[in-house]
Order: sequence, then structure tokens, then C-alpha cells
Amino acid sequence: MLLKELTEASGVSGNEKEVRDLIISEIKDYVDSYKIDKIGNIIAYKKGKDFGKKLMITAHMDEVGLMIKDIDKDGFLKFITVGGIDKRILVSKPVLVGKNKLPGVIGAKPIHLQKPDERKRALNIDELYIDIGAKSKEEAEKHVNIGDYAIFDSDYVEFGDGLVKAKALDNRVGCSLLIKLIKEIKDISFYAVFTVMEEVGLVGAGPAAFEVNPDYAIILEGTLCYDMPKLDTHLIPTYLNNGPAISLIDRTTIYNRKFRDKIVEIAEKNNIPYQYRKTSMGGNDSGKIHTAKEGCITTAISVPCRYIHSTASVMSKKDYDNTFELLKEILLHFEKGEI
Amino acid sequence: MNINFNLLKELVSVYGPSSNEGAIREFIKNEIKDYVDEIETDNLGNLIARKKGNGKKIMISAHMDQIGFMITDIDEKGFLRFTNVGGISPYISISQRVIFENGTVGVIYHEPVDDMSKLKLENMYIDIGAFSKEEAEKKVKIGDICIYKTEFDENENVVFSNYLDDRVGCFIAIEAIKQIKNSVNDLYFVFSTQEEVGLRGAKTAAYKVDPDIGLSLDVTSHGDTPKAKRFAVGLNKGAAIKVKDNSIICHPKVKELLVEIAKENKIPYQMEVLEFGGTDSGAIHVTKEGVPSGVISIPTRYVHSTVEMASKNDIINCVELLIKFLEHDINI
Repeated sequence: MLLKELTEASGVSGNEKEVRDLIISEIKDYVDSYKIDKIGNIIAYKKGKDFGKKLMITAHMDEVGLMIKDIDKDGFLKFITVGGIDKRILVSKPVLVGKNKLPGVIGAKPIHLQKPDERKRALNIDELYIDIGAKSKEEAEKHVNIGDYAIFDSDYVEFGDGLVKAKALDNRVGCSLLIKLIKEIKDISFYAVFTVMEEVGLVGAGPAAFEVNPDYAIILEGTLCYDMPKLDTHLIPTYLNNGPAISLIDRTTIYNRKFRDKIVEIAEKNNIPYQYRKTSMGGNDSGKIHTAKEGCITTAISVPCRYIHSTASVMSKKDYDNTFELLKEILLHFEKGEI
Repeated sequence: MNINFNLLKELVSVYGPSSNEGAIREFIKNEIKDYVDEIETDNLGNLIARKKGNGKKIMISAHMDQIGFMITDIDEKGFLRFTNVGGISPYISISQRVIFENGTVGVIYHEPVDDMSKLKLENMYIDIGAFSKEEAEKKVKIGDICIYKTEFDENENVVFSNYLDDRVGCFIAIEAIKQIKNSVNDLYFVFSTQEEVGLRGAKTAAYKVDPDIGLSLDVTSHGDTPKAKRFAVGLNKGAAIKVKDNSIICHPKVKELLVEIAKENKIPYQMEVLEFGGTDSGAIHVTKEGVPSGVISIPTRYVHSTVEMASKNDIINCVELLIKFLEHDINI
């Protein structure tokens, strides 16, 4: 299954090759052209009916993760985080280090030995280390180099009523949707762009938008979902199973109102459930895309993901399917010249 | 110079929060269309008006967007929750009236809070006087943006009103458009969008215009009120020529030319070294291969409140300085 392969692949920001290769092998027979640009984005073009506007659909390939910064004399690896990671989720998580995916565990002082004040606070990254079972610096150096990346070791698991647990749903879920669109949409021209380094500052999206220079862009994402406790409704960014989340505003973009209203109209007409992404926190590739060159019109459509940026994020297959249905209908409306 | 401040009064009253500048754009377009050679609107909604000339291509930018509140949730009883569009202070917002594009008026208030110093926008709401969700939804939709609703006041010295930021910049640009008859330079007046959320409109407009020189017109802060943080800019001391803020260190030649022109024409001016904030020139000067840029600032008290105050003399001096600069044969 594609989403399983995508989420289990390694692609921390700046090191997207494995994910990129996987995506290219999936799409190459379905696009008219594709290239890897200078910064590492995949820019693919699918030729179909020309509807007079240049449409770009994007998903970022990278995920948050870790990078090895030092190896101590006993062979333990010191690391930094790449992208936004809550340090409280790190302790005792299994990880895979480097190109050969060497197994390791993020270690820390056992609870028995912690002083009372240490128990009350999250351990700092400096107090953690990755244990790869090496006995010395020399032994560790045979397997690991400074600058190597590490990913969370986390399987794709389906559970509950159509739910999925995996790492990197942000944003392999967007990649998976975009690949499915490429495979299933036959008769509409669009650029499919898989970007690099979104998690460290929307780095890839700017150059991609500069090259493609679209009139419209749709950004596909996995976005935060926090719907468990009994919160006031305005504090819940998205709900699981309520359908694709359409962005209003975030740190990087105020999304075009007319385009959003049209998308909502399409969803309602086709009985596709949808929700608004109610928080203004966070941001995505749209920030760089809508202000590239002379500017363009963007929307962001996301699959809600609980526990995002952790070893185990959770999404609903129903939301995934509804997001795909909505995208298909949007493309159909582009084809008919109704957007 | 004789200036009619009625136009400024009208400008501050037109709806136009960041990303939804349609109404103010139409208003400005109508005001200037007979005085410019070309006029267009770009993808981000910037209004770009050209007064042709053979000299340097100068982009003059004044942003037309306003800070405001975007509705993110409507609860069962019809209360609206919101997020900020641009720099909104929770404290300034308490008990202020707001108005939506369709004329719906509401008031901002907050949940009971034990410690007011911890007040956050997420603990505040807008009450439009609806008694149910259904009733509220007839007037307001999620994603709608409202703005502060207050009145314009003036006396012989000052104007005070909401949204002098940056309708006073628009006002100065419009006055220049009307008064410059035969333009030496090739002038692109940009009434930009989304400045308040990160200079977004100016970025795409500058890419399109591709100017030789950038100049923006915007409000700046003040250091002349009781116990104000030390800042050498004050009201009624002249047009402020920006040296720096957080978005730009102004190009020395543009800055020096502004000073020179002010001196030559005996236009009162003051130098502005601002330790925070930013304006459109911040985006313009790093466009493409780089654009030498400067800023004429209007000293303003209580920026981003509902009672921003500026001196009429300063505004007139800014208009004069701008016109003399644009009419100057420039070699930078």
C-alpha cells in the first residue's frame, strides 16, 4: 500500500532522496514530463485539456526528524532536532540512524535515578542520546557519521474504525493524495510539485513556484488535529472524520476568499464533508507560493492528523477519501472553466 | 500648501482589512483614475497606477489594508470567536465596536479572567447581539473579517482616528498623484495589500513593477508623550525620513536625497531610527536584483489603536516632500 510505503520511507528535511525516488517510481508512467530541480523538488507536468490557467498542486516530501551532531567517548550519539519536535515525545523512542537505518533507542536517565525536580520537567535534548549499542566512539564511528539523519522507527498500522497510525503523515498523506491524482486524473493539465524542506522554513516551495509561475496553487497537507478533550469549539483546530480541512488564515497566508468560497460550494454541491482549519498557528508552502513573482491564488486543503510531528500520528481513511473526492471535483471545475 | 482633509476622513472610513481590500481599492481607483495614465489590479489585489515619465522608474507604495479580526467560530448562542489579522492588542480591543463588510456591528468583550495580564485573544469574543447560532450565521460567516469601528476627529492641529495606518499614506500618495502635472520620472503608485501581515502585497507588486527606486509612505511611532520610550520622532516636527526599522536600512542615497530636497525647499523634516516595525520598502528593496529604497514616515501616536493621531502640518510636509522628490531629476 502506497501510504504505508511513503510513511515508512526516510525523508527528513534536506534528505528527501528516498521519498523522492519512491514518488518518481510511482508517477513516472503517468506524467508527460518530470524533473528534479536544483534544490531537490520534483516538478512534474501532466498534460491534458488546457483550461487557460496554470494550476500547480503541491505536497512537501520532507518530515521532521533528528540529526547526529556528535558521538561521545562511550559511543552514544548526541543529536539535534530538524523541524518542530516536542522534546517531551523523544524519550525511549526507537529510531533508525543513517542511510543503512541502523536501529537505535533514544535513551535518558532512568526514573529511579532522577531527582524530584528532574521528574517534573521534560528532559532537554542535551540530556538525551541515541544508543545504537556501540561500546565506544570508535565502534560507533564505523556505522555513523556526524551529520547523519535519524528517523522515528514507526510502522504503518491500521486500527479502530478506519484509522491509520504512522510517522510522517505530515506530509506523506499529501504526497499520497497528489500521486493518486496524477494516476487517476486523465484530462486536465496541471503541475504536480513535491517540495523539499518545508519543515525548516518552506525552503523548496519558493524556487518551485518561481519556476512554475502558476495562476492557482493547491497545497495538500496533513494538518494538526486536537479534538479529544472537552475544549471550547473555537479552540479545536480540526476534528478527525469531519472531512478535509480548508485553511482560512495561518502565519504565512491569508487564503484567497473567492477560491475558498468556490471550493466550499463544490463540497456542498457534491455532499462532500468539509471543515475549516480554525487555528491561525502554523504555516505551509503557500506562504512562499502565493508571494512568488507577481503572486498567485492559493488554497490549502489538509487531512486532519492527531499527534502530528510525533512518532505516531493518526488520521482517518474516511478523511483521506473525502479529501481526494473534493480534489477531483475541484479539478473538474477547473476543466469546465468554472474557477 | 492647502489641503482638504475631508478625503482623509473618507479614506479611513472605507472597509479594507488585509486580504479583503476590494472596497478601498475601488474607492481609491475612482479617486485617481482621471489623473493617471495606466491603472491595474494584480493577483494579490494591489492597485498599480502609472503616471508616465522618461526618468527613473519609481515605485511609491502606501498600503491600503487594515488590521482586523477574522471569525473562526460561531458558538451555539451566537457569539463569535476570532483570530487577529495583523498586530491586534487584546487590551486595546476590549469593549471596542467592530464592523463587518456587510455593515453588521458587534462589540468585543472577554470571558471572566482572574489575571488581566494574561488576557489572550482566544479568551475574547465578538457579540453581534444575535440570540442563536442560526441568527448569527445569517449575518456573519466563518472567514469574514471585521475592523474597528470608530469616528474620525480633527482640530486645527491634528487628526485622530482609527486606521490612519496607513490610509494617511494613501492620502499623501493620492494628493501627489493629483498635484504632479508633468512627471519627469516614470511613477508607479502602488496601493498595496496585506502589509499588516508581512509586506506581502508590496513583494509581488515590486516584482511586477521592477522599479529603479522604491519609496513607501507609512506611519511611524512617536517618542513625545509622557514617559514614552526614547525615540527622536514627535508630532508636528516635520516629515520623518526613515533611516532604519526592522525591515530595512534605507539606501543612503535615497535617504540623503530626501534630506537634501527637504532642506532646499525648506520643508521641516526629522530623521527616524525605529527599533521595531517594518513597512513595504522592506519587501521592495530586496526584490529581484535589489532596489535602492527609502521611506517617508508620518509621525503617529497610538499606532494600531482606535485613536491614531497625526499632525496636519506633518501630513502637509510629507505631501510636499514626496512631490518635490518625485519631480526631481534623480541619478542614483
